[in-house]
Amino acid sequence: MRRVYMDHSATTPVRPEVVEEMLNCLTEKFGNPSSLHYFGRQGRSALDEAREKVANAIGAKPEEIVFTSGGTEADNMAIHGVAMLNQNRGNHVITSAVEHHAVLNTVKALGKQGFTVTILPVDKFGMVSVEDLANAITDKTILISIMHANNEVGTVQPIKELAALARAKGILFHTDAVQSMGKIPVNVDELGVDLLTISGHKIYGPKGIGALYIRKGTRWRQSLFHGGAQERLRRAGTENVPGIAALGRACELAVQELAEEAVRLTGLRDKLIKEVMDKIPDVRLTGHPTKRLPNHVSFCFEFIEGESMLLSMDMKGIAASSGSACTSGSLEPSHVLLAMGIPHELAHGSIRLTLGRDNTEEDVDYFIENMMPIVERLRAMSPLNSENEFDFEDSCADCKVSSSCHL
Amino acid sequence: MYTEKVMDHFENPRNVGEIPDADGVGLVGNPTCGDIMKIYLKVDNDVITDIKFKTFGCGAAIATSSMVTEMAKGKTINEALRLSNQAVAEALDGLPPQKMHCSNLAADALHAAIENYRDKQK
Repeated sequence: MRRVYMDHSATTPVRPEVVEEMLNCLTEKFGNPSSLHYFGRQGRSALDEAREKVANAIGAKPEEIVFTSGGTEADNMAIHGVAMLNQNRGNHVITSAVEHHAVLNTVKALGKQGFTVTILPVDKFGMVSVEDLANAITDKTILISIMHANNEVGTVQPIKELAALARAKGILFHTDAVQSMGKIPVNVDELGVDLLTISGHKIYGPKGIGALYIRKGTRWRQSLFHGGAQERLRRAGTENVPGIAALGRACELAVQELAEEAVRLTGLRDKLIKEVMDKIPDVRLTGHPTKRLPNHVSFCFEFIEGESMLLSMDMKGIAASSGSACTSGSLEPSHVLLAMGIPHELAHGSIRLTLGRDNTEEDVDYFIENMMPIVERLRAMSPLNSENEFDFEDSCADCKVSSSCHL
Repeated sequence: MYTEKVMDHFENPRNVGEIPDADGVGLVGNPTCGDIMKIYLKVDNDVITDIKFKTFGCGAAIATSSMVTEMAKGKTINEALRLSNQAVAEALDGLPPQKMHCSNLAADALHAAIENYRDKQK
């Protein structure tokens, strides 16, 4: 059966060039970087090289990169570490309603430890407004964490403007760039952020490796891990050298190919959006129509449910994901879609298609060809239709009011 | 995660549709929680002679709807009332644990349809 993988925001296959780098550190350069001898020095040099590659990819200095076990650890480490070291200066932390759980739940955990938390609303496109952030900042604010691009709807946040506000007030700014890395330019100085998270397996690297950028001089300290002096006391534990070397190579390749790949993916993305909207009735694009990741497509299909679509697509070899409750392992559909004012019933019909290096125009055609009968079949089984359900207007009835919303 | 029987009923659901002159109609669930099941009955001499369903929901919701129609067809009203959600899940060789509470409502929909039929008889 033909297999079409359109779930690159979930994870990506590891590139052969990256595997090669990794294998080398599993077999040849296996030494512990902390060891004095030849083998240790080889491990150390692999580590140093990778750190330089990651730093170069985001416009940072090598000593500003700390390797972690992935995006979740980097997010936890960034937020917790800033909060712990700065609690004498203030106890207020700001984030947004559409963050990944790695950020949202870390901030909420601080809320239970005496910190005051503000969760900024978003508009119907999932966008945080600069005005809302300006209004939320108090003289107690010590940290703002807002993601660069959203994993579920692909919306790219105005980080440069948001971070400038923070900097003007001397507040630290963290961004989770797990989804944007390798898709759009990620440069710590251009964005003006103090801390930034990336992950390996979203950019054709392996799972279990990520990095946290910490701008030199940032009031941050390791507050979660206790142990050895690795990563200059910033992350204890013997370094995952194969993973780190792989991340270095993956970052290098991602940046080299970004410009060309972004143009190609944007073409595929827009074709996919247009064809679905033209050929399937009662579908809504979620997320921002243009300020979105070049590989990211997300819809809500009315009157049918996400998991039943995914199962049907999987039978045709198409891999995608959904924000439906049935796929999230909870009773609630995606917190991102709900925060955008999308009603529960519509959020249950969400489908996310995230394109990558291996996707072609033929894949898009194959998807459209197969999706039309799937939607038709499930709708024929559904008791809902345009006459009896889903009175979804472009009103802000369900929307948590954001000042960027001018409807 | 789903059994072969669930996938079979999802792929080839039995008794999908509506009965325009149904003797009883049952509706359970709501769009907010993500599952809606509607069951239509034709009843002759206290026996369910025809049954159809329409369902909005996940794979488990569709499969349980299909299964309950198969189990209820030809049964008397009283026999059908004894069918439980648990029995429907067992007939499908089980459902994943997280689906047991949210998407296993098919027997409830059947019972609602029977109740509607009985109300009409009064």
